[in-house]
Amino acid sequence: MAVININGKSVDAKVDPRTPLLWVLRDTLGMTGTKYGCGIAQCGACTVHIDGVPTRSCQVPLNSVGGRKITTIEGLADGDKLNKIQAAWVALDVPQCGYCQSGMIMAATALLAAKPNPTDADIDAAMTNICRCGTYKQIREAIHAAAKV
Amino acid sequence: MTIQTSLGRRSFLVGTAAATGGFSLAFSFPYAPAMAAEVQEVNAWVVIHPDDKVVIRIARSEMGQGTLTGLCQMVAEELECDWKKITTEYPTPGENVRRNRIWKNYSTGGSRGIRESNQYVREGGAAARMMLIAAAAAEWKVPAAECTAENSVVKHSSGKTLTYGHLASAAAKLEPPKEIPLKDPKDWKVIGKPIHRLDTLEKVNGKQMYGIDVKLPNMLTGAVKACPVRGGKLKSFDAAKVEKMPGVKKVVSIDGNAVVVVADTYWAARTALAALPVEWDVGKLGDVQQSDVVAMLKEGLTATETYIGNKVGDAKSAIDGAAKKVEATYAFPWQNHAPMEPLNATALWTADKCEVWTGTQNGEAALAAASEAADLPVAKCDVYKMMLGGGFGRRGRADYVRQAVLVAKQMPGTPVKLVWSREEDMQQGNYHPTTMCKMTGGLDKDGNLVGLHVRISGQSILASLAPQSLQNGMDPATFQGLMASGPEAAYGYNVPNLLIDHAMRNPHLMAGFWRGVNVNQNAVYMESFMDELAEAAGKDPLEFRLKLLKPKYAAVLKAACDKAGYGKPLPQGHFHGIAQVMGYGSYVAGVAEVSVNPDGVLKIHKITAATDPGYAVNPWLIERQVAGSFVYGLSAALYGEITVKNGVVEQTNFDSYNVMRMDEMPEVETVIVGSGGFWGGVGEPTIAVAAPSVLNAIYKATGKRVRELPLMNNELKKGA
Repeated sequence: MAVININGKSVDAKVDPRTPLLWVLRDTLGMTGTKYGCGIAQCGACTVHIDGVPTRSCQVPLNSVGGRKITTIEGLADGDKLNKIQAAWVALDVPQCGYCQSGMIMAATALLAAKPNPTDADIDAAMTNICRCGTYKQIREAIHAAAKV
Repeated sequence: MTIQTSLGRRSFLVGTAAATGGFSLAFSFPYAPAMAAEVQEVNAWVVIHPDDKVVIRIARSEMGQGTLTGLCQMVAEELECDWKKITTEYPTPGENVRRNRIWKNYSTGGSRGIRESNQYVREGGAAARMMLIAAAAAEWKVPAAECTAENSVVKHSSGKTLTYGHLASAAAKLEPPKEIPLKDPKDWKVIGKPIHRLDTLEKVNGKQMYGIDVKLPNMLTGAVKACPVRGGKLKSFDAAKVEKMPGVKKVVSIDGNAVVVVADTYWAARTALAALPVEWDVGKLGDVQQSDVVAMLKEGLTATETYIGNKVGDAKSAIDGAAKKVEATYAFPWQNHAPMEPLNATALWTADKCEVWTGTQNGEAALAAASEAADLPVAKCDVYKMMLGGGFGRRGRADYVRQAVLVAKQMPGTPVKLVWSREEDMQQGNYHPTTMCKMTGGLDKDGNLVGLHVRISGQSILASLAPQSLQNGMDPATFQGLMASGPEAAYGYNVPNLLIDHAMRNPHLMAGFWRGVNVNQNAVYMESFMDELAEAAGKDPLEFRLKLLKPKYAAVLKAACDKAGYGKPLPQGHFHGIAQVMGYGSYVAGVAEVSVNPDGVLKIHKITAATDPGYAVNPWLIERQVAGSFVYGLSAALYGEITVKNGVVEQTNFDSYNVMRMDEMPEVETVIVGSGGFWGGVGEPTIAVAAPSVLNAIYKATGKRVRELPLMNNELKKGA
């Protein structure tokens, strides 16, 4: 069992402490917005923020989290008010199947926090997640659009 | 968002409402037959609530392609309803069976959502509108001809009005019209407009429920491993070694070829599965090496017994008598779908009922698979369709549904979610078929193409997936894009002497429908060789093609070339390559702009793609499908390759099966020709010009003709 800080709340996670954070979120806490895509830190569908750093949660055992602050896709909006990345995603209809988009939005939110006006090269370097539908063009456009907000 | 789960009610609802892009949206999964009395089903496609909310029923599956939105546009156009008040729902496949297949075909593949259902879904909308008008006319005691409908309101010529919500109950009691005239395309207000998707909001806030996110009371989760060699058997496993591990509930075998650990969480199940001692009986297929597969296909290139797909004149004589003969052999590997959401299905079995929650491209096939695996009649089974985290053809096959039901059957009354690992997805696929192709062409002294022989050797999809659909042994789908005629995938060139034939050679891996299907490799063969012929003829590839192409094909190719500035100066070191094809009822063409640096590093700068789907229902979504098709197609062209060693697929995850990421994404410019008069598909066609346009551009840049995919196996450095 471990007490961890998710989206500003302290949560009891009653599960084997070696369990990757991804599966703690999904199976133990029922927070299914964070997705399983590969389990080996390749695809980025499981990206969350740990102390603001975009991190592939499939590689983070619960017992390594400690008191660090975890933010998931469910924690980005302020009530019904989307953050500016999410809003840009809606305005440009970025998602197709949408399965990778939680991870994409987490990566893009961290990018804009670090670099408010990213260049295309910054976007290429930060956005290493996989999208099989092929929404990269709209993702790039949406990041630039959000940067202007 | 609230999720209500009531197994007693046999329904499972996810509902929200919020604003997006100026449109309200709501989403409910799936169709719940027990509706409140005041909610009126005007007909199978249209349900209207007293508050004017319109629920449009959609039979095809949404997997990102936008069919939900496109099909709604078709219904709404004729229904004359307020777009902002639309929501959608899936009628379950079981309900379709109970109602004599009133929603017709559920299969979602072959880019057929709109191209095959356009007529009947528009008629569904139009019939509902006519009944609403008739109900208003009856209430007012006026002729229906004096009434019109717009924006969910019926208006009489005197100016009085009634809302759809008010009229629905009376309309539902009326006899459906027999004659259902549809609008003239020039009067369309919804079809053809760049309307926002109906399903975006929940995909940006983590609330969208996919099959893998299903939660039911007392549900357990299973992790599965099937015999690594297809056709092999499960010999033994030692359940006692893992049964005491945390969370483990049961270890079961299914179909004699797979083992499943069921636990209270996926991680517990997966961890125990990894620790489970298993012995396989792989049989003699365990000796198959990739070189055996290559040899099998090579042999077919010169075989004498073949299936003929397209024949004009006498190609062999024409080639033998030609002034110049050109030959080339190409090879196309197995490729995996690898949708982002790993395959999964949740099943609940009891002795008199079987229910399945899953993302499927074919609800009815999933229902049939569930019924068979459950050993229960179809009437006692149903499938609740969830949003798909990608399909690309893989979720058209219901093998994972069968597995889930077989596990659930061993745990009566307990819902079990069976989740495939990515490794299982890579190694137990039904892959894009592997083929080779020998092209032989004859040119006369003026460089005119006088004869062409296209010999395909390799795998048939139908032989793997549906052998009962073979026609006297032949798989007609092998000739997609090369067919003599037809509205689907006809060959575009006028060649006086032509022979296209197929020596079927089926290695042991399962083949399947993979976005674009056989058009993909056929376009690589045909369009690469057209450039080889043009060069041998001393002509420009565009000029050479235009002389041979039928008008609609030529128009689309010219549209792409005009937009790309083909023939005009490019930045230093940049080169254009072109390709065209017809697939899924649409005419498409692409122009790739690439450069290859002195170290042989390829950069794809831009793809200009033109598509003529006849009627372009939603340009905003078409643009997204076209751009996305190049990611899928170029991922395959650059990296896509499944190989076998000792009968086992060698690739296991995205580290050994690479795909394109953001930094490799070219600029994509989409040209929608939209010539009207027919309904072509959009999800797939353009994927087929991705690889050949790039390969042709690479040749211009390097003088190297890549004839074997994927590109990563080819050295592009000059002199190497």
